[in-house]
Amino acid sequence: MIFRISRSCFSSISVKLPPFKVHHLELDQLPQTATTTSAELLAYYKSMQLQRRMEIACDNLYKQRLIRGFLHLADGQESIYEGLHAGLTFDDCVITAYRDHCIALLRGDTPHQIIAEMMAKQTGSTKGKGGSMHYYKKATNFYGGHGIVGAQIPLGTGLAFAQKYLKKPNVTLIMFGDGAANQGQLYEAANMAQLWHLPAIYFIENNLFGMGTSIDRASANTKFYTRGDVIPGIQIDGNNVFQVRETLKFAKKHCLEKGPIFIEAMTYRYHGHSMSDPGVTYRTREEVQQQRKTRDCINYVKNIILENKVADEHQLEEIDNTAQNEIDIAVEQAKVDPVPPSTELATDVYVDNQNHFIRGILYKDSILPKSQ
Amino acid sequence: MLRIVHKLRSGFAKMTVREAINSAMAQEIERDSNVFLIGEEVGQYQGAYKVSKGLYDRFGKSRIWDTPITEAGFTGLSVGAAMYGLKPIVEFMTFNFAMQAIDHVINSAAKLHYMSAGGLRTSIVFRGINGAAASVAAQHSQCFAAWYSQVPGLIVLSPYDCDDARGLLKAAVRDPNPVVFLENEIMYNEAFEVPDNVMDKDYLIPIGKAKIMREGKDVTIVTFSKMVKFSMLAAAELEREGISCEVINLRTLKPLDRNTIIESIKKTHRVVTVEEGWGQCGIGAEICSVINETNAFFHLDAPIVRVTGADIPTPYAFNLEELSFPKAHNIVEAVKLVLK
Repeated sequence: MIFRISRSCFSSISVKLPPFKVHHLELDQLPQTATTTSAELLAYYKSMQLQRRMEIACDNLYKQRLIRGFLHLADGQESIYEGLHAGLTFDDCVITAYRDHCIALLRGDTPHQIIAEMMAKQTGSTKGKGGSMHYYKKATNFYGGHGIVGAQIPLGTGLAFAQKYLKKPNVTLIMFGDGAANQGQLYEAANMAQLWHLPAIYFIENNLFGMGTSIDRASANTKFYTRGDVIPGIQIDGNNVFQVRETLKFAKKHCLEKGPIFIEAMTYRYHGHSMSDPGVTYRTREEVQQQRKTRDCINYVKNIILENKVADEHQLEEIDNTAQNEIDIAVEQAKVDPVPPSTELATDVYVDNQNHFIRGILYKDSILPKSQ
Repeated sequence: MLRIVHKLRSGFAKMTVREAINSAMAQEIERDSNVFLIGEEVGQYQGAYKVSKGLYDRFGKSRIWDTPITEAGFTGLSVGAAMYGLKPIVEFMTFNFAMQAIDHVINSAAKLHYMSAGGLRTSIVFRGINGAAASVAAQHSQCFAAWYSQVPGLIVLSPYDCDDARGLLKAAVRDPNPVVFLENEIMYNEAFEVPDNVMDKDYLIPIGKAKIMREGKDVTIVTFSKMVKFSMLAAAELEREGISCEVINLRTLKPLDRNTIIESIKKTHRVVTVEEGWGQCGIGAEICSVINETNAFFHLDAPIVRVTGADIPTPYAFNLEELSFPKAHNIVEAVKLVLK
């Protein structure tokens, strides 16, 4: 796809960042602007569209019963994932709970692998044995993909512990929501992180609702960026990809020099908590529509592109269509992929599976260790 | 360095189970820089039960980590460190406290390799005292052998003597899977003669293999941990009455060594299981079912007799606690029942 860009791909465009709120930090430590380029703007736009289209496709597949079980979609929050991708490296670890498809995408899985996994095919990221909540990729330091709210927090703190133990110049991004922010294990883990100066970024995706419960009904203190007590914190607009990116760059530097930090990113999910939640019993349809109209993270980048004449509406539509096409092809491929063979039922229970006894439904169906 | 081994005669030394665990940990921490010990009071306090005595002085705070009293936090942290590639030894002051962290043992560690289709692994050991101690009452006396043994993805070990403690703990640290290692406070003080080869820095015991402590031909006693001691005492007493007992020390609870049990039954035709934990859904219940489901059933001359802890929260009063857990005389009685 070739189109004319009205200015060189590399001449910089300056973007003013929204205001920060800080806790145990000085505002002047944080940048007021971010720099970007035409090429970068288009790359962010395309990538966020791909995320958006992928999540919507999953919604459709679920309604067709081609995806089953739990499905937690992140459409509306794409700028957070784009921002973390831009602000950190593959040597920095990322861990989250179950709203993890977009992170899997940005950490190296293809749309086909991600969709095939949810459609329970053997070509899925985890061979169809994990599902929507269990994506992982060791090679790019993406550690999941966890179903138990809050469990990822001490786990991520352990990743940071290991990075420090092995003297790596890297950090761990520990992602969780406003609902998880009341979990005791967060405070247990953050306490150790602060005591031991671990390079842990505690990143709260505050989309205002923990399942059906608003932050006001769940948290006595809704200033999540202050909940780290003596640990510094920053509140940002999670729907601004630049603010996410710049804050993570700042956080990385802070973590490697001093220790943990709390970041609260204000955002909004268009879907309910999961596919079984229509998302309009605890908030109004008008509120959701208003968010879409005025705070959409992809529109924000689109407006910068249009204002700076980086591309026009028609060119952006082409990008949209390319993204949609990529997803459509992935879906069609996944539809015809085979399910995991029954021989996969009892593999990978242990690292050395061949040395272990695994009981079947009937004793006679059990798998014996190779030596027997 | 602490001199912990007392030479008796050439080729043998005498040491306590506590010292056996201590020496095994020291050797593994020395051997592999990714191995570290973490838990409450393991460092500067020298260990709540002095099992990690001397390790902090020898290895320092980068290898021996004192934690706040936050089991969910430090267990999750350790599992996360293992996900990255380190090899934590997590000490629970007792496994009763590990209930606060059990989500991480099971959902974060045990199931991870399967959920990630082999992508991630956690080579981690969760160790600490399990079962009854002395007058520590209901919340500090539970045996967790059955709970952990049920979980796919976990290995569950329970040593009896110094040989077991050293060989199994070293094997546990080197195993790429998550291992639950159930120790016993009363056994910590017991001393055993230990041949030189057991002190070797690479002495390992195979996981999944039980040990026949005493050969016999009339009854098979299947047991583990402290109950091995009472089973051996019972066997000695029964010998005086002309009854010959084969005592099997399971060593590994998961994977259970079916074959050793089955081969023994083919010889003796009668089985008594002995455990300290509650009877319902316990280790003895599993052994009964395993025997029932295999050709071993047809070698039985009598129903299996189980000796278990009474199905009650543990009382504090000394005399009541004595009535709560199996002793040698209960095992003697069980053997006579199965022979009737």
